[in-house]
Amino acid sequence: MLEYAWLILAFPLAGVAGNVFLGGKLGRRFVSLLSCGAVALSFVSSVAVLSAILALEPASRHFERHIFTWFLSGSFRVEGTILVDPLSVLMTLVVSGVAFLIHVYSTGYMAGDSGYRRYFVYLNLFTFSMLALVLAGNFLLLYIGWEAVGLCSYLLIGFWFRKKSAADAGRKAFIVNRIGDFGFAIGILLIFKTFGTLDFSGVFTSAAKLFPEGAPVITAITLLLFMGATGKSAQIPLYTWLPDAMEGPTPVSALIHAATMVTAGVYMVARTSSLFLLSPISMGVVAAIGIATAIYAASIGLVQNDIKRILAYSTISQLGYMFLACGVGAFATGIFHLMTHAFFKALMFLVAGAVIHALSGEQDIRHMGGLRRKLPVLYWTFMAAALAIAGVFPFAGFFSKDEILWEALRFRGPVVWALGAAGALMTSFYIFRLVFLVFHGTPRHDKHVHAPSLSIQAPLVCLALLSAVGGLVGAPLLFGRHLVREFLNPVFQTSIAGQVAEHPAFIGNQTVVYEVAMALVSLSIAGLGIVLAYRFYLASPEVPLRMRERFGRLYSLLVNKYYVDEMYGAVFVRPTTKLASVLWRFFDSLVIDGAVNGSAYAVEAGGRVLRRIQTGALQSYALSMALGAVAILAFWLLR
Amino acid sequence: MPVTLSHYLAVSAMLFVIGVAGVLLRRNLLVVLMSIELMLNAANLAFVTFSRAMGGMDGQIIALFVMTIAAAEVAVGLAIVLVVFRVRESTNIDKINLMKW
Repeated sequence: MLEYAWLILAFPLAGVAGNVFLGGKLGRRFVSLLSCGAVALSFVSSVAVLSAILALEPASRHFERHIFTWFLSGSFRVEGTILVDPLSVLMTLVVSGVAFLIHVYSTGYMAGDSGYRRYFVYLNLFTFSMLALVLAGNFLLLYIGWEAVGLCSYLLIGFWFRKKSAADAGRKAFIVNRIGDFGFAIGILLIFKTFGTLDFSGVFTSAAKLFPEGAPVITAITLLLFMGATGKSAQIPLYTWLPDAMEGPTPVSALIHAATMVTAGVYMVARTSSLFLLSPISMGVVAAIGIATAIYAASIGLVQNDIKRILAYSTISQLGYMFLACGVGAFATGIFHLMTHAFFKALMFLVAGAVIHALSGEQDIRHMGGLRRKLPVLYWTFMAAALAIAGVFPFAGFFSKDEILWEALRFRGPVVWALGAAGALMTSFYIFRLVFLVFHGTPRHDKHVHAPSLSIQAPLVCLALLSAVGGLVGAPLLFGRHLVREFLNPVFQTSIAGQVAEHPAFIGNQTVVYEVAMALVSLSIAGLGIVLAYRFYLASPEVPLRMRERFGRLYSLLVNKYYVDEMYGAVFVRPTTKLASVLWRFFDSLVIDGAVNGSAYAVEAGGRVLRRIQTGALQSYALSMALGAVAILAFWLLR
Repeated sequence: MPVTLSHYLAVSAMLFVIGVAGVLLRRNLLVVLMSIELMLNAANLAFVTFSRAMGGMDGQIIALFVMTIAAAEVAVGLAIVLVVFRVRESTNIDKINLMKW
């Protein structure tokens, strides 16, 4: 089966081709079946590849398959190779599985839309690109997948392109991403210059041998790569596109901006872990930006009123936690949180979409309420996701987030742990604020509530189950061993051993007891968040209003997202547009158009002068002929 | 003074120059044609002179060719002059000046 791993990629690509060429003629049912079927086959192939990989010895779970040769120029070769190892297999499972559920959901959600076929073409194309990104065996293919998912993100955010805000949001997403990709590309060039190859196996195996820890060139490379990750995974300072990206259809937000595309940065950092581990500075930067973003975004999410915006800032915050994990060396933990986050965040977005659909387009949570009884399936599935993200045992998020906090405490100390815990408290609070305001209480709207269709409900239930039990693969006490860490660790092998030796464990010997104690602390933090949210929004709703008055300045700072968009606009966007318009008016109109028009004018003037030779008088022509003959004769005679 | 090769060539050259002058300076179209004929005949004289001086018959044969060509050229030239006269009602060469800028 490993030989056929490329099928994982082929099915969605065939879906794109089928929809583009045949979809118009064969109708919606064909488009739905082809798109969902293609991703389903991709998922089935991923499962088959997983079982094939599990059959191998843990140390030898590394398989590369060369598909085609792309560049061949002297000694520079770039092949199209796919790499199948535990990390990429886990990613393909998550991507294809969640993508399949979202495709099914979309058949119900987008049923009334006129751009149905276009939507599924883009969605399949995105699935293909993301799978290509995670299966890539060298940096060039990774970069191509990276850019392609950015393109699909642009196409899908601006799907309803006739709406100006959507078109602007798509453009903003693409441009901000591109800024990060600029750093990423330079990082890749630097890798090529340093190692002479772009293959993962070539670069990673020789990195530790060639460079000591802290080598400047490795630090430079990893910082540049991380710059790309901040753009794609919406960290400080390149996160501003993600809240605006909520203009796109909600399934798009679920797939791209929660479960898959934004996780590409985390995947990339995990994949290049051997390089990052050689540079303590970069690890510090990754962890610092991760935890800073986690708290920053959570603080903004506390006061937002648009249901999708809350979830968007929540995503940014949770991505920060994943980078925190990678930054302290717990790469497997970061990927584990990526997986659980994909389940519960996608679920939350899908439920939000169903709620918006049910209320005919209402997105402001201040105008919702009391939906618990009218939409029970939505309520209970969302509750599963909320408990997961808050970190309540035994839901998925508890295991992954608690592990991140534990690793942070172990490798970086109590301060980082405290910041992470503060973020967790805020997370629990804002999510349950959302739950209580949307589903509990008396209805603050007077709309007729439409029940969602089966194609919408079924994926929600699947994801809810995954949010509930998906974390158990990481529960050491249950199976006796931590399945996910065991599965992924060979990929990070050089890493973990070195890391543990470098950074002395913060705690001494009583690790297990301490770990259980910290888990209880995490649980109580989650519980505290839920209780506070209950106090604020159900028991005594006047409390938030009073707080808003007392802390007016702080409140408006948070609601306006710290005015970062305005600051970027003033510092970067406006000067650039001004420069562009100055260049247009002066350089383009005068210099370039002047040169082009001027050369045409010069030719015409020359012609106007030279045509006077044609006098029409026969004898002047005869005279010039005679003079010419004389000149030639003279030249020849006098030579 | 004996008449040598150079004298003949000098005559030929003088005839040629007179012909060129005629082409460039005369205003009547027919006179221009006659001057062209004069140039051709000057060339003929030169060819025949060299043939006599070097002993071969080549020069004279070439002179025959030249005469044939001159005849053909005059035929065509006079036909053109006829048509131009019909249109312009004049043989003044300065009046034929339409193909100019």
